[in-house]
Amino acid sequence: MLTEKVKPSASMNLDHRGRDWYTDKAIALLVFVSGISAIIFIIGIFVFITKEGFGFIAGPLNVREFFGSPAWRPTSLRDPTYGVLALIAGTASVTGLAMVVSVPFSLGAAIFIGEFATGRLRETLKVLVELLAAIPSVVWGFIGLSIMNPLIIDLFDVPVGLGVLNSGIVLGLMAAPIMTTIAEDALKAVPDGYREAAEAMGATKWQVIFKVVLPTAKNGLVAAVLLGVGRGFGETMAVLMASGHSVNIPTSPFDSVRALTATIAAELGETAIGSEHYRALFTLGILLFVVTFIINLTADLVVRGVKKK
Amino acid sequence: MVGEDVKLSVRDLSISYDGQPALSGVSLDVHEHEIFGIIGPAGSGKTSFLRTLNRMEMLQNNMTVEGSIVFDGHDISKIKNVFALRRRIGVVFPLPVGLPLSIYDNVALAPRLSGIKKKAALDEIVERCLRRAALWDEVKDRLTALGSMLSGGQQQRLTIARALSQDPELLLLDEFSIAVDPVTTMRIEDVLKELKEEVTIILVTNLVQQARRLADRTAFFLSGELIEIGDTEALFNGEVKDQRTSDYLEGRFG
Amino acid sequence: MNHSDAGQAMEPLMFSATNLNAHNRRLQWLFRVLFGLMTLILVIPVGVILTVLVVRGGPAISMEFLFSHPSDGMTAGGIFPALIGTMWLVAVALIASVPVGVAAAVYLSEYAPDNWLTRGINLAIINLAGVPSIVHALFGLGAFVIFAGFGTSILAASLTLAVMTLPVVIVATRESLQAVPLAFREACWNMGATRWQTIRTVVLPNAISGILTGVILEVSRTAGETAPIMFTGAAFFFPFLPLSVFDQTMAMSMHLFVISTAVPGVPDELKYGTALTLITLVLFMNAISITFRSYLRGKKKW
Repeated sequence: MLTEKVKPSASMNLDHRGRDWYTDKAIALLVFVSGISAIIFIIGIFVFITKEGFGFIAGPLNVREFFGSPAWRPTSLRDPTYGVLALIAGTASVTGLAMVVSVPFSLGAAIFIGEFATGRLRETLKVLVELLAAIPSVVWGFIGLSIMNPLIIDLFDVPVGLGVLNSGIVLGLMAAPIMTTIAEDALKAVPDGYREAAEAMGATKWQVIFKVVLPTAKNGLVAAVLLGVGRGFGETMAVLMASGHSVNIPTSPFDSVRALTATIAAELGETAIGSEHYRALFTLGILLFVVTFIINLTADLVVRGVKKK
Repeated sequence: MVGEDVKLSVRDLSISYDGQPALSGVSLDVHEHEIFGIIGPAGSGKTSFLRTLNRMEMLQNNMTVEGSIVFDGHDISKIKNVFALRRRIGVVFPLPVGLPLSIYDNVALAPRLSGIKKKAALDEIVERCLRRAALWDEVKDRLTALGSMLSGGQQQRLTIARALSQDPELLLLDEFSIAVDPVTTMRIEDVLKELKEEVTIILVTNLVQQARRLADRTAFFLSGELIEIGDTEALFNGEVKDQRTSDYLEGRFG
Repeated sequence: MNHSDAGQAMEPLMFSATNLNAHNRRLQWLFRVLFGLMTLILVIPVGVILTVLVVRGGPAISMEFLFSHPSDGMTAGGIFPALIGTMWLVAVALIASVPVGVAAAVYLSEYAPDNWLTRGINLAIINLAGVPSIVHALFGLGAFVIFAGFGTSILAASLTLAVMTLPVVIVATRESLQAVPLAFREACWNMGATRWQTIRTVVLPNAISGILTGVILEVSRTAGETAPIMFTGAAFFFPFLPLSVFDQTMAMSMHLFVISTAVPGVPDELKYGTALTLITLVLFMNAISITFRSYLRGKKKW
């Protein structure tokens, strides 16, 4: 025997579960609980907004009026009306314009950053995109209000610069970094072997991109656009500040509109807890939750489809 | 002298990955204080065999193990504390893994896990284990350097020092010399010969001559089967039962 | 002689090849420029916005602006209570979300088997990040302000923010945990370390910087949020510094919203100054996070 045995016998006994063993099990339980906390919170969000909104859904909600009427007049004393058509039109027009503006640019930027740019340029651009994503939405709203508003009034000679155009552009810039980042990830996920094989057959770089890389990354790009839509759809402060905030089904890009999210933000503070109006706003929340959930779920399924291949 | 007490007894051991058999129906006994050599070409199931001995298979979802392994009188599939089992079995795998801790902490980790806290005791263990692994002279002046930044050969010796720091009863070595130069290999081999006085060693190697130099008895694995076990000297002197064994020993395949 | 002969013989052939190449090259150049311009159009606004904010808000920034209370119905004075309030909100949100987020990431990276529950957790994380901030606000109001009885307070607002930014910590931590090679864990397990001992001694210490990067990113996200705190704890005007987590507070983001939409007669300088302070705070935290990350990439331990 070269040295004395140093181990305490407890840790040698194969059938003895010491403190380490129990600590390990306790930690495993603790991290498991934390792990499922995300699920608990998502369910919690649904439960709590449903709990507060239920009184409206079960009572005064008239489904036909809710989805069919453009009149959102919750504070009318004689005849409060809860029609979300105009709000949906507001959200849809702003998000739609934002996507028209930002989808081509985001995908173009993703292709440039992922396929053309190299080294320092690439890193710099990625950092800039990241910084773009970091600008708080209230600052975007402020930009819409203080910078874009006078600019639109001057450029297009309109009385008010707050509306679909203003908030659409602001929202487009806000959604762009997310789409660019996710789209670039999707491009990066295309194996280099594909590119090399195509290049070996004599394809030029742009042929490789259009014939090989983009088709392969298709699902990831779709998911990127979906998440961009989700971002635009759910944005609150910027739309509240830059859209003009009047209930209106827009007929021109200069029209002022009001979004679902902005309605909640603007009105919740003025309602009495438990009132019909309060519950109606929570019902809008349920609508927002369900729609974004479906968008995110779809994006996830689309991406998963890629991975299975 | 080789003891006759059985340290490890394996019966009808079969291993499969996702239903693909890697090892089938292996039965063997490893005696206390012997070096038990396992030879065989790549893919013969040697590494899978080692992994089951300290229950590492439970961390791999697609790996199924049947049969029984009895270590020191305990059926290892029924023990309550698998960590205690692993503490008593040291492992050296072919690819060296220096943990991203200081060299000192690499070797002091196992003793600390088993509850040794005194600096002096740890110092003593670290120096002894590094010396035995033939690494002390190279690193004694920079024990605070990162273990993961050592050269491949040094990391392998660090891995051996770490296995020794557990003060194991059974030491599993899986092709330890792949990443080590010949001179160091010889030094480690000398250490192993010394170690067998206190430790039981299972040595998996694809170097037939290494098995001959070190092993008291040798088992020959081929395509997931145990072809034969014999006294090493006898095997190399041609006393084989199966033609494939002598073919392999004489380098006709593998 | 032979050499130049061969060269001349080759020339016509090479020339025709170059013709096609030139066409391709022009096309490729065109695409490069096109996509480059698109990228530029996306990133230019960052520069323009920052410039405008600095030019118009810069003159407002002074020690007095940062360290004095708003006065004259918020049309003059500084932003001190909002600045302090934002720090309270961020700090309490971090205390609540970092431990849970790191533990959740440890579960996902070190324990979670590939099954429906794990897929459910991942989906929940994506949704937690994707649910509109105003819905988080509704949740915070229903769960923390009313149900838990915290009232409109820093606690309720910070918990709302914590739930909302939990995915930031989880995703960053999980990524840095997964960057630690499996071989290190196996080496530890082989020595008889329990899972937790392995995580504690080898995995977490080597992921800590990545986790920190995520936490800094979360600070920047939390500091800029407005909607989730509007009805849960941020006050329109509250000229005192909060004394406990049960107080209401002003906050930078909320303050910018209030003075630019709800208070008439606020001088532009004050609004731009507030916006500039907020964005500097947020981008500064982001820049730290980014620098830290690229520094880490350059400094590998294995």
